[in-house]
Order: sequence, then C-alpha cells, then structure tokens
Amino acid sequence: MKKRWLCLFVENEIGVLARISGLFAGKSYNLNSLTVGTTEDETVSRMTISLLSDDQTFEQIKKQLNRSVEVIKVIDYTDIPIHKKEIMFLKVANCSEHEKTELFRFSQVFETRILDFNNTTVLLESIQTESKNNELIMKLDENFSNRIEIIRGGSVAVEAV
Amino acid sequence: MVTSGPGATNLVTGIATANYDSVPLVCFTGQVPTYLLGNDAFQEVDIVGITRNICKYAVTVRNRQDLGKIIKKAFYIARTGKPGVVVVDLPKDIQCAYGDDKYPDKIDIRSYKPNNAVHEGQIKKAIGALKQAKRPLFLIGGGVNIARANKEMQQLADLTGIPVVTTIMGKGAIPTSHPLYIGNVGIHASYAANAAINQCDVLFSIGTRFNDRITGKIDEFAKNATLVHVDIDPASISRNIAVDIPIVADAKKAIEVLLKMVTHLNCEDWIEQISSWKKLYPLALKSKGLTPQIIINKINQFFSNSIVVTDVGQNQLWTTQFLELDENKQMITSGGLGTMGYGFPSALGAKLGNPQKDVIVISGDGGIQMNIQELSTAVVYELPVIICIFNNGYLGNVRQWQEMFFQKRYSSTCLRYRKSCETNCHNPNEDCPEYCPDFVKLALSYGAAGIRVTHADEIEAALKFAKKNASAPTIIEFIINREENVLPIIPPGSPLNEMIMEY
Repeated sequence: MKKRWLCLFVENEIGVLARISGLFAGKSYNLNSLTVGTTEDETVSRMTISLLSDDQTFEQIKKQLNRSVEVIKVIDYTDIPIHKKEIMFLKVANCSEHEKTELFRFSQVFETRILDFNNTTVLLESIQTESKNNELIMKLDENFSNRIEIIRGGSVAVEAV
Repeated sequence: MVTSGPGATNLVTGIATANYDSVPLVCFTGQVPTYLLGNDAFQEVDIVGITRNICKYAVTVRNRQDLGKIIKKAFYIARTGKPGVVVVDLPKDIQCAYGDDKYPDKIDIRSYKPNNAVHEGQIKKAIGALKQAKRPLFLIGGGVNIARANKEMQQLADLTGIPVVTTIMGKGAIPTSHPLYIGNVGIHASYAANAAINQCDVLFSIGTRFNDRITGKIDEFAKNATLVHVDIDPASISRNIAVDIPIVADAKKAIEVLLKMVTHLNCEDWIEQISSWKKLYPLALKSKGLTPQIIINKINQFFSNSIVVTDVGQNQLWTTQFLELDENKQMITSGGLGTMGYGFPSALGAKLGNPQKDVIVISGDGGIQMNIQELSTAVVYELPVIICIFNNGYLGNVRQWQEMFFQKRYSSTCLRYRKSCETNCHNPNEDCPEYCPDFVKLALSYGAAGIRVTHADEIEAALKFAKKNASAPTIIEFIINREENVLPIIPPGSPLNEMIMEY
C-alpha cells in the first residue's frame, strides 16, 4: 500500500463528481481526499485525488477513470515533482490567557495564521502539506486534546514549474 | 423508452444486464418537468443517479436546444469503443417543448476518444510468441461476436491451424462443427477445453474478461502459458490475470492485422492430444428419457437459420454445451449478470430485428415466469417465437448447488412446494403437489399456442407445429427429469483441472 496522487481533468457537468466518487465507492477503492474546482476554462473541472493503494489496484483505478466518458485526462502525480497544499482550520477552545499566548507563539514558529480569537478561543489557519498538517495536529494534541475542532479541506496539487 | 419513476426503475436490471455484456443500448426515460426536479414530485426518481454505476453514460436533458446533440451523442457513445448503455432522461417540459430538429451529422467529444488503432509492434510480439509455441490455443470471448468478426476468426483458425476454445459469450465465433473447435471453457466446460487451457504454452485470448466463471481458481489458470490478451477495454487487461502481451484493440481490427502476418503452425501432436481428451470425456448426459440434450439436438437438426435465446440457469448451461452454431445460427444469452427472465423478452427483440429467422427461447420453468407478461407483447406484435420451457419444477441450478455443495438441503428452490409440505423434503416424488401454473393453459389464455411434451418421440411433432404457427408464439413445455444436473462442474474456488465429471 502506498500513498498516491492523481490529477483529473473532467467535464464540468452535473453529476460528474458523483460519477467519480461513485466509481471509487462501487469498486471498493480507498479514497483519502478529493478536491474539485473549475479551471481557467470553465467547462472543465480539475480534481486532485489522494488515495492509498497497491500497484495493481492503482493501475486499475487509472484505467477505470480513463475510460469514464466524462474524464478528459488523468495525470499520475505519484512520481513527479509537484507542489501540494492542504487548507486546514483549527479552532482551539477553553484556553487560559497563558495558553492563548502559547498558541500565538506556536503559530509563529509553525507558520500558521491566527485568523480570529476571543477571550477563550483561538482560530488558526494552516496552508501546508497534508503531512505537515498531520504533525501540527499531533503537536497541538499534546496540550489541547479534546479542545480542538479540526476542519480540513483536502489537498490541491500542481506540477512543479 | 419508458415513463418516469417506476417505469425507469423497472429498466435497472435490464441496463445492468446489457452493460455487463457490452450490448449497445440507448434508454429514454421520462422525468418530471425540470421545474419539479428535486421536489419529490409524483413518479419522480433520480434515474441518472441510480444507473450511474451500471451504464456508460447517463444524462438529463435540461435544455430543449441540446436535445439533438445529446441524442446523437447517446447513440455514438453506446455503439463505439466497448459498447454499452446510455440513459437519456427526458423531463416532461423538454418532451413537450417545440424546437428545431437539428441532428448533427458528426459528434466530437473531447473526453471520449475510442481507440481505433491496432499497435502493430504488440501484434508482432504476439506472433513471435506464437512461433515459439508447441501447444498454442485461442481463447475467444464475446468481443469477437460483438465485433462481428466471426468470418475473420475462422480464417485465422484455418490459417494458423491453432485450436480454439470459447467462453459462453464467445460461442459461435467459429462454427461449432469446425475441426479446430474444442468447446467452452469454464466451470461447466468440456473436459478437453479446460485441459487445453491447463496444458497450453501460449494462450492467445481475444475479447474476454477472464471472469471467475471462466478461470476457476485464478492462480492455477493457464499457469504455464504465455498470455496474449486482445481487448478493446484497457481496464479488462491484467485485471484478473497478469498478461504478458497486452493488445488494446477492437477484435475485428486486431484479427485483420493478424491475418496479414500469421503463418501456419505445426501443432499436430497438440491437436492429437486434444482430440484424445475429447474422446475420453465427451460432453453427454448420462440419463435416459426426455433429456435436455435430446431436445437441444432436435433443435439443432430442425432449425438451420435461427437465433436461440437462453434464459439463465441449467437451461442456459445445457444450451451452451449442446447447441450447434454456424454462420446462420446465433446464440444470445445473459453471460455477465446472469439475469433470469432475460430469455423471453430478448427473443422478442431478436425476432423483431430478424423476422426471417426462427427465434427459439430455451428457458426454465422458473425464469420464464419472471417476464411471462411479455406473452401479451408477443401476441400483440404477432411475433411467432418458439418458447421451449425445460420444466423440472425447480430453480434447477440453485437446487443442483444445494444438492452438491449444501448436503441436499433444498431451500426455496422447489416450484411444486406447498406450505403444508414436509419442511425437510430432499426427495421429490410422484405425490408432490401439482405444478403451477399450467403452461399450456397459460399460453392459450394469452392467445398463444401451448404444447406439453413428456416423451422424446413427441419432440419433433411439437417443433414442427411451432414452426408452422407463424402468427403467434408457441409454448412447448418439456417435462424433464426433476433432478437432472449440469455436468461436468468445477466446485467454487477450485482450479480448472478439478472437474467433477459424474455425480
């Protein structure tokens, strides 16, 4: 099993997202995250998909996607240089003054942004790779477990220039 | 073409059946008006959503001006590449709106480009492998029949001298009487065909998916052979079986290229070996009396220009074993999905498309009742199809599995069962309750003809009568041995060489 990345160009039509996610569900493929948005050509949507699979299943997934009528192009990002980022919000509640100061320092060091705060709650924004975001959660969990609301947005990726 | 809601959902099994066997099919479903979509309106159902995973393409028409283009696109997608099902959902207001009748001559879909080329380099590699072969074998699937490459396939066999086995969907790819034809492979195959798969050193397969009913235990399948696989669908290649030389191409085009490049191979010893297997274990039912084999043999003799459509179950398996096919005969069956109830309605389609041919349905007493209402369609459209019901009073194939693999615990398979019967009945006998319905009376009540055949010497007269009855369908009910089995059989999960020949 290995983590893989795929980029899909699809027709921007009703039901295409359901078609693609339905393919993963119907064939029992393991899908980690899927993000979708329109491109510079608004008739085309671009999807970034991350998944866990073995080599043989992954080949089959690519073929299945390629044969879908609405799919224009499938690009395998697994072994090519890419930039990828995931957006994540972390809302930490029930903080003391001291803990709030901690979080502000944490944010500086680990390159997140403080988007909002009040007396007891701090809202952090992190736009980093998925694995970096995982590490951030682990770190925060040491001192703030059960007080963090996590909102993750899925990754987008683009080939390196 | 069906109405919305229940009309649309009634199509679902048919769509899945067609999709599995790569039948080009365009379905028009009614839908509530666009302004009511999503409102849980009367007879509204999201048929595009329901069929999304079982069809090639599904679309709701939302603008009247797109209608011509969408219909063009639908037929193009259904017919090209690996054929499949397209669902076009038509909301009521779109159906009734006036608009132009523009229908484009050509369609170009940027996301859908079926492959038309044949990679000659791969073909050369495959021929290279064949040249080394001592025991080569063609495995032919439904793809060859779909591509209508039967003539080319026969030429290829003649030219190379390589023996041929088929899947049940590929049956008829070359005439069954052809000296190089061995038989079907798979769990109810002839012994010789499966032995050939086991022993071959190059397996040249065209248009098959290596479905589990063909391969048996997958690790043992043709494990000494170099595998060549021609298929139009890249996703079919190396999915179940790792292939050495993949060729993505339409069967007919690939065979045409092959024909230009192949030479005759000397494999007389191999052919000799195969015919000795054939002699050792010929396909034949051991039982006496009115057997499916005798009936099918009579059908073989009686109808020279015909289409035989089977239902699903034992009737289908016997037909695939004993039916003889040539260029004037065709067999239609539900292979992938194995849909009971398939035989009779698809025979009506076959007759409508081929009025000059005799169309014969071979069905069981269970399957025929799953779409028996189509008798009225057949009578209304004056379609003289010949419906042969093999009546054993059981859902026979499931009963056979209950007998062989579940210690004869018959459950929900007896069609002569009554609630008052003994719960653990393992032995049908003369005292069993009457079968219902009475198929002869049933036929008459629809205005069709009905005959019951209980002895082998009545078969011919019944078929003769049915052939003459040119304006309405004829039901011939054959009362066969209640516990007749389909043999040989490979138990689930076993390799092809572990066939049960007698039981």
